[in-house]
Amino acid sequence: MNVRLPVTLAELFAALEEPGARVLAGGTDLLVQLRSRAGAHGSQTLVGLERIRELQGITATDGVIRIGAAETHASILENRLARSRLPLLTAALAELGGPAIRNMGTIGGNACTASPAGDSLPPLYALEAEVELASRQGLRRMAISGFIQGPGRTSLERGEILSALLVPQAKGFDLHHFEKVGRRSALAIAVVSLAALIRRDPSGRVLEARLALGSVGPTVLRCPEAENLLTGRRLTLASLKPAAAALRRAVTPIDDVRATAAYRRQVAGNLLLRLAVLA
Amino acid sequence: MTIRFVLNGREMCLDVAPDRRAVVLLREDLAVLGPKEGCGSGECGACSVLVDGEHRLSCLMLAAQLDGREVLTSEGLGDTETPHPLHQAFAAHGAVQCGFCSPGMVVAAAGLLGKKARPSREEVRRVLSGNLCRCTGYVKIVDAVLAAARVLRGRP
Ligand SMILES: Cc1cc2nc3c(=O)[nH]c(=O)nc-3n(C[C@H](O)[C@H](O)[C@H](O)COP(=O)(O)OP(=O)(O)OC[C@H]3O[C@@H](n4cnc5c(N)ncnc54)[C@H](O)[C@@H]3O)c2cc1C
Ligand code: FES
Ligand code: FES
Repeated sequence: MNVRLPVTLAELFAALEEPGARVLAGGTDLLVQLRSRAGAHGSQTLVGLERIRELQGITATDGVIRIGAAETHASILENRLARSRLPLLTAALAELGGPAIRNMGTIGGNACTASPAGDSLPPLYALEAEVELASRQGLRRMAISGFIQGPGRTSLERGEILSALLVPQAKGFDLHHFEKVGRRSALAIAVVSLAALIRRDPSGRVLEARLALGSVGPTVLRCPEAENLLTGRRLTLASLKPAAAALRRAVTPIDDVRATAAYRRQVAGNLLLRLAVLA
Repeated sequence: MTIRFVLNGREMCLDVAPDRRAVVLLREDLAVLGPKEGCGSGECGACSVLVDGEHRLSCLMLAAQLDGREVLTSEGLGDTETPHPLHQAFAAHGAVQCGFCSPGMVVAAAGLLGKKARPSREEVRRVLSGNLCRCTGYVKIVDAVLAAARVLRGRP
């Protein structure tokens, strides 16, 4: 297996044209995956993103934060702009993996892996983030929910990379909440996770609710029915219970080594009830 | 390919397959035995190294990625004659039993102390949260790191 570490996007796109080329970001998903299928990738070339300046950096324009795809989780967590403007996202990244995984793994890698348990994804869905894709042909943009097509499947074309995440700052939203349930507190893949963004009027009535759930279906799920049930209501157990029931109806979880589908369905609703004590 | 990097303060230049995993390169090619391969998949932290001062896992790095970097393992912090305060504190606090996790723990702790001279107990626990120990129950490891931090702060 060959490894290339281009330093410019132009070099990257040239390297990606080699047969068998694959993008390597932090390697925390890809190298684990390649190792479990050892031996079968002699003719592959891994093309690393880690030395390409153009894929790094966090900037804000008109309330949209642009995060370079090769930014690591740790560098996003250390970034003042990201922490102050995207508290929902940073709350989730703080719980992703352990310290070394956060030093190595990138936000672009988390999105491209397209795992339903990817911790950055529920916040990115709730924030209605867009992805910027780059190739020799230029740039295109699309919603994160359109980019991710299924477990491990994205809209990336051959020769194309994810270059940045464009994340709107949730202006006016007064509740930014992320909670992940795992088997233990560090290095645990989510069994169920919830990202909630709530905007309320001064009397506490919900003007807009956005709810995104992880690990309860093939992709992260937004639940418009539950969101609508909360609109116009205050966040009390009485208003949250019907919305939690709607969440439980909307999810399509599976049984796996970490939890049963029934447990995931129950917890998906329970996580929403937490808002009663936060509000 | 030829890679050049600094390992524990020494300039290295070697010819190596670009996809050789860093943990194998360190242990088998260079006989640096601090980093251990426990799980080989990012779960245990036994292979921890510092790369340019940052805690990384050498089982999930390839040789090519070391080129131009500075790599530090437990050996680079000190040796039997001149141990590092972390080494001394681990020994003094009974933070080592079988020792398999210890070089990784020491390296993770050194990464923290490089950035933060006065970490809280909670910060130490968090920074070690990706490093598994099957023996000690962690309390003595955390005690040792806090003790080493005190020693390091007392130095001119
Ligand atoms: C021990 C351990 C614990 C973990 N815990 C968690 C956890 O709690 N939560 C969680 O969400 N994840 C977790 N992960 C998974 C992983 O760390 C994250 O998904 C991480 O964000 C992946 O990023 P990476 O940069 O390492 O991706 P890589 O492994 O480098 O790449 C992943 C995939 O995406 C492609 N790719 C990467 N970047 C781009 C790009 N910019 N453009 C196009 N394609 C690209 C690669 O080709 C590859 O197919 C864990 C992994 C390990 C090993
Ligand atoms: S061997 Fe690298 S984390 Fe376990
Ligand atoms: S001392 Fe044995 S694993 Fe930690």
